[in-house]
Amino acid sequence: MKTTLRFALLASTLLAAPLLSGAAHAEDVTLTIESWRNDDLTIWQDTLIPAFEAANPGIKVVFAPTAPAEYNAILNSKLDAGSAGDLITCRPFDASLELYNKGQISDLTGLAAMANFSDVAKSAWQTDDGAATFCVPMASVIHGFIYNADAFAELGIEVPKTEAEFFAALDKIKADGTYIPMAMGTNDQWEAATMGYQNIGPNYWKGEEGRKALIAGTQKLTDEGWVAPYRTLAKWKDYLGDGFEAQTYPDSQNLFTLGRAAIYPAGSWEIAGFNTQAGFKMGAFPPPVQAEGDTCYISDHTDIALGMNAKSAHPEETKKFLEWVGSPEFAALYANALPGFFSLNATAVEMQDPLAKEFVIWRETCQPTIRSTYQILSRGTPNLENETWNASANVIRGTETPEDAAKRLQDGLASWYEPQKAK
Amino acid sequence: MAERRAFRWHIAVFLAPAVLVYSALMIVPLFGTLNLSLFNLDATKTRVFVGLANFATLFGDPRWSDAFWNALGNNLWFFVVHMLVQNPVGILLAAILSSPRLRMAAFYRTAIFIPTILSFVIVGFVWKLILSPIWGIAPGMLDMVGLKSLFAPWLGKEEYALTTLALISVWQFVGIPMMLIYAALLSIPDEVIEAAEMDGVTGWSQFLKIKLPLILPSIGIISILTFVGNFNAFDLIYVSQGALAGPNFSTDILGTFLYRTFFGFQLQLGDPHMGATIASAMFFIILVGVCFYLFAIQTRLRRYQF
Repeated sequence: MKTTLRFALLASTLLAAPLLSGAAHAEDVTLTIESWRNDDLTIWQDTLIPAFEAANPGIKVVFAPTAPAEYNAILNSKLDAGSAGDLITCRPFDASLELYNKGQISDLTGLAAMANFSDVAKSAWQTDDGAATFCVPMASVIHGFIYNADAFAELGIEVPKTEAEFFAALDKIKADGTYIPMAMGTNDQWEAATMGYQNIGPNYWKGEEGRKALIAGTQKLTDEGWVAPYRTLAKWKDYLGDGFEAQTYPDSQNLFTLGRAAIYPAGSWEIAGFNTQAGFKMGAFPPPVQAEGDTCYISDHTDIALGMNAKSAHPEETKKFLEWVGSPEFAALYANALPGFFSLNATAVEMQDPLAKEFVIWRETCQPTIRSTYQILSRGTPNLENETWNASANVIRGTETPEDAAKRLQDGLASWYEPQKAK
Repeated sequence: MAERRAFRWHIAVFLAPAVLVYSALMIVPLFGTLNLSLFNLDATKTRVFVGLANFATLFGDPRWSDAFWNALGNNLWFFVVHMLVQNPVGILLAAILSSPRLRMAAFYRTAIFIPTILSFVIVGFVWKLILSPIWGIAPGMLDMVGLKSLFAPWLGKEEYALTTLALISVWQFVGIPMMLIYAALLSIPDEVIEAAEMDGVTGWSQFLKIKLPLILPSIGIISILTFVGNFNAFDLIYVSQGALAGPNFSTDILGTFLYRTFFGFQLQLGDPHMGATIASAMFFIILVGVCFYLFAIQTRLRRYQF
């Protein structure tokens, strides 16, 4: 009898608790953010969301990320099923454009905060004619190389500016033998394409000029500007660690932060992680140019934005949040909480992190461009971006020649992309 | 003549739950998939009936068909490795375990079976670490016996990656054939064994001539389970090599090919219609395999009643 009573008391307490707390916050609206940035969970929870919630009582925000590789697939399924969150983190270009065309994310052209962004910043989240913008730009990432400054000092290596100096430095590190010259693997494939081909490539195809010519059909992937980066990548093979074929992305990160490798072909998103992991001084240099004094081009890739689920149950609150995301206040919070994600906001943000500063300063001296495969060219089958992953990994492993790889990519692109079809 | 027997309602009632649940969860989606494979989007993005055009693309377009045959070929090799390694080793282990002279049989039985209940994610991750050229223990262990030169980054080499993954899968699942055969061996009556011993059939020839024929039906079942399991496989490849099934698609099997097509990958958007077409092709391949087994093999297996 006693146990029954105790059980009944326990049960009623358990049942009542959520009811009571539910009643207390009945007026609160909860917004959920879908994202692939699971690395940023603590920053959203500890810095960004509290700042917003403090200024907007009655709105609660939950950051619900999924693994980067699965994000697109999971998001599409959730949107189709109607179970996606109110705020959708937008991939650049076609993935988000498709969502907009299907009516799954809303037109945000009318947001006041949109005035804070340049046309280039918005271009990744607009319809082809630029009439509608459907995501609030958050940040871009810059490619380059991060190096172990202590190792460079120890071996007496100057930061390389030209390609010849770059390979001379690699040779010197290799001859010394203390460090693996460069930390990269081909197991995950995307490193080879993103941190390899798209990193060094803009110097060869002259940034926007080459990228736009490729879209217009006046250049081909078999042209020198597009094959030459593959030739350079093929030379990287000798400077990577033993067994790089099976080396994964986390392996490469760890090799570098443990101080076992001297140079890391990087994206600026690594900065935050490297700052906490690495116990040595780090520096960064942009992709080396062919000859001293050449114009340098960098990949300053519009990478992340935030949109609104068209089926959101709380459109007003969601828009309020998006206005805040487009504000200079958010830009300052975000860029400093996440050094390496550079704000796209027109208001310049004062960066605190020294390594991030080294990256962002290239914007002043070099011509920025975005990744060549992202706009329009990855619309068909075969998908140019995915093929580039495969081709870059093959070229570095030495299983496909740069010329063969370029020809395969060009044939694939020409098979569906009208301006590139053989005339 | 006796009165016609009343319709036996209880049979229908007892069958209903299984039939309903199975239909709702398996049969309906299966036909939905087959149906979806007959549709595609036209120029205005509306869904239209296209008949077998998707299959024509899959088998006729050189890009699609290359990817498909590559995946099918890899899948066959994956299956062959399982049939040549997993099942014979499983039978061997079962034979050893059923030997009355083996001590600690229960321990071995459990130890060998444990990987089967582990998640693919754990198995893939652990093996990736073991075989890692950077942190793995495999290079170190080979070094200890002076065979370091034999080590290669197996998961990153086109020529070894698929076989390595197949062997990892064998390691994980060898417990299943072992258990099934072990159970079959235990069910052989002692009289049969004793009679064989009286006739002087012992040891290896006893296994071949007496026990093996008696466990053949179990081996058949294991083969068909392996076949269906392998042609539906996906998880291990996905967790260890990613959806692009590197290096250079050398580990791409039908499951990963289907996933990439149906859900899309990175910048590639999902294509449910071609995805459903691949899923249908997989269904037919498995159907043909199972039918071949049911009609050509199982009907010829002799069963013994004790």
